[in-house]
Amino acid sequence: MRALPFAYLVLAFAFIYLPVATLVLFSFQGGTLPVSPFDGPSLRWYREVLSDDDLTDALVNSLFVATLSSALAVTLGFLAAYGLARHTLSGSVLIRSLLIAPITVSYLIVGLGLLIVVQRLGLGVSLLTVGIGHVVINLPLCFAILYASMGAQQENAERAARDLGATEAQVVRLITVPMLAPAILAAFFLSVTLSWDEFIIAFLLSRFDVTLPVEIWSLLRSGLSPRLNAVGSFVFLVSVTAVLILEILVFRKRR
Amino acid sequence: MTAPVSLTNIDHHFGAFHALKGISLDIGAGEYIALLGPSGCGKTTLLNVLGGFVEPMQGRVDIGGRDMTHVPAAKRPTTTVFQDYALFPHMSLLDNVGFGLRMAGLGRRARHDKARAALSLVGLEEAAQKRPHALSGGQRQRVALARALAVEPDVLLLDEPLGALDLKLRRQMQDELKAIQRKVGTTFVHVTHDQEEAMAIADRIVVMNAGRIEDIGTPARVYRQPQSLFAAAFMGEMNRIAVTGHGDSIETPFGPLARSGAGALTLCIRPEALCHAGEGFDLGPATVRDAAFFGTHVRAHLSPVAAPELTLVAHLPACAVPAEGTQIALRADVEDVLVFDTEDDHATH
Amino acid sequence: MTPAGPSRQGWGFLAPALIWTCAFFILPFLVMGAMSFATLEGRTLVWGLSLENYIELGQKAYLWRAVLVSLEITLTVTVVSVVLAYPLAWIIAYRVPQRWQRLVLLLAILPFWTSYVVRSYAWLLVLAREGVINQTLIGAGLLAEPVTLANTRFATVTGFVHFFVMLLTLTIYANLVQLPANYRKAATDLGANAFQTFWHVILPLTLPGIVTGAFLTFVLCIGDYVTPQILGGNNELTVPQVIMVQLGRRADFPLASALAIVLMALVTVVYLLSSRWLRLDRL
Repeated sequence: MRALPFAYLVLAFAFIYLPVATLVLFSFQGGTLPVSPFDGPSLRWYREVLSDDDLTDALVNSLFVATLSSALAVTLGFLAAYGLARHTLSGSVLIRSLLIAPITVSYLIVGLGLLIVVQRLGLGVSLLTVGIGHVVINLPLCFAILYASMGAQQENAERAARDLGATEAQVVRLITVPMLAPAILAAFFLSVTLSWDEFIIAFLLSRFDVTLPVEIWSLLRSGLSPRLNAVGSFVFLVSVTAVLILEILVFRKRR
Repeated sequence: MTAPVSLTNIDHHFGAFHALKGISLDIGAGEYIALLGPSGCGKTTLLNVLGGFVEPMQGRVDIGGRDMTHVPAAKRPTTTVFQDYALFPHMSLLDNVGFGLRMAGLGRRARHDKARAALSLVGLEEAAQKRPHALSGGQRQRVALARALAVEPDVLLLDEPLGALDLKLRRQMQDELKAIQRKVGTTFVHVTHDQEEAMAIADRIVVMNAGRIEDIGTPARVYRQPQSLFAAAFMGEMNRIAVTGHGDSIETPFGPLARSGAGALTLCIRPEALCHAGEGFDLGPATVRDAAFFGTHVRAHLSPVAAPELTLVAHLPACAVPAEGTQIALRADVEDVLVFDTEDDHATH
Repeated sequence: MTPAGPSRQGWGFLAPALIWTCAFFILPFLVMGAMSFATLEGRTLVWGLSLENYIELGQKAYLWRAVLVSLEITLTVTVVSVVLAYPLAWIIAYRVPQRWQRLVLLLAILPFWTSYVVRSYAWLLVLAREGVINQTLIGAGLLAEPVTLANTRFATVTGFVHFFVMLLTLTIYANLVQLPANYRKAATDLGANAFQTFWHVILPLTLPGIVTGAFLTFVLCIGDYVTPQILGGNNELTVPQVIMVQLGRRADFPLASALAIVLMALVTVVYLLSSRWLRLDRL
């Protein structure tokens, strides 16, 4: 690598990591100042966050919504991808576009539409409505990932299994799902990450029980604080862990 | 286990494409049949009809005397060795080979015993715990064969099973396939586009073209006495000479030939049927244009004096390479001289 | 060759996803569309086919200016992000040794997986008056007084560019590594220098990746509420911010819906433009 590309790489990484590094560093503040001078390291603010019921409740809510909505999105996406890839159906191009459509619409509009319907029906917003919204935005991704991975190799293996006497249910359970396990996991962890990080739908479609990004949002009104640094770092850490698990589980295996 | 197969008047279309045109074929129990033809001739579709992957629009499939036309693949006494093997990448070889037995509801121990036996049949019992990706192409082919045989099908279908292997390995696997078939006695139906492969393995060869059967017979018969111009050309190199028929005699550039036929005809002689001397049909002297030594024979291009515009290929004995420009006398055994209608590619005789 | 199963079985597999998408996406979207033609009389909603909301959008300066602000910010972000991301993707694809590429790429886009809220807050730590940049510059004696970096359009654009540089690096890298190495070899073999190779061979071939990434950038950027709200302050509002104002204080759902429809229309126009371009490119 020559000097110029190397310098660019270093600068780019500095830019990319500047905010994140600042956030993580000052989450270990000892005093009450949100930024420098750095007087840590101390776990004081992490302790404070963990003893804050609002934050821990929001954390549990977030994990709950992310896990369940992702499981549902992956299941629906898998079934749709299997149906579309293995059966010749009229209008399959139209169906594909319909299932993918929510990707092209901003989360704000998805949330606004759902909010209007929920209000018109006289129903209340809750974690349930947040979960419904998160399935809407994650279903297209799960479907697209799984549909793309249902290639000829899988199809031939399924055909061979049928030839050896397997029923449709056995084909799906013993051949399709195990062969697609990496893609299914990838779709699930991607969904979990996106749902865990999502703010606007969760903000519009919840009231009393909220997710972590929404709780952070309400704390933001009082400005910068080391407590926010700690909770923000924690959110980042969870997302990064999910991505790293994905990387190790899926991509390492593929080699 | 083994069973006879009978196809009656099978007809199938894919959209506007007429893939199979009235195919009828009887296969005896324990026979090794090769379906031979160029790509698009319908041989793989016919195999899929046998395996239950394609339901023919017309006709009837009987296996072991029972009507199987509308029975799906899973319920047929047939199994298939697929072109790309379709091994399950997430299962060990033992689980791959035992899959069909598992589907049949066999217990774990019995299943593993049978799967091991099938693996040892193909010489891979040592590798039972390996995954398919750890194997070479030839080994995968054997596992696919073991998996298909483990359920003891009446009929084994092989879809270009050796197509992905290199030439040397292919020749070796041909011998193994034939030996295994003799051992298990199952009816084998093997699709290929390689006529040497077909001759090496099959009891009978079915030559197909454009959705029709052109010829059925033993390798020697189909090679020596093909029933159509297409079969003659597909089975190997052939000298073709345009001739004219006059009822009970045929006019050739080398004089009359005592055969019946009328109109435009094609006279066919294989290169190895042409020789220097002996009895039979006399083609007169011919000039050697070039000759090359091939080990088992000398391949020469010749121009007959009687018809200098023709180029004939002859496989001459390897003992001497004739010099360029010399003349040699050409003869062919009357048995080896074939005459076909030029127009519709059908034999006259 | 599909299994012998009837197509009814295929519909069975598809039904749950289709029903979900129709019930919770298509239907709400249609209701929102209808809502944009309704009006508020006092606090009661009157359904109808009124164009009042759209007319209001053209008349009131704070509404149509939001559209302009959104477009300006989005276009700036898209162009700056592509210009910064391309060299990064290029360096990772062609200058970083093969065995490190995946790791470097993973690291380069790791902060991408952070909540909008947390990422914008982190930039506030960097850009605020008492933030890292001001303190560092003052500490080094380069500044006497802190400068205003946060609550400006600059801060909004910086926050966005940070996110989209990572996204675009990913899409452009994916496109670059798909190109067979022999294209570059062939170009060099025929006498092209590094720049000519890039300009005549690599750039045209990576155009689909750039356009795809740029389109995603546009869609995500113009629809985002969080980044301008946290980093841009209330000096100038973008369309999503105005929508949230309608929902919050005034509960004016019809006007909010009309604004959402305008947002959708902008995205659709850009989609049509870029897809036409892509098709021309393929010809």
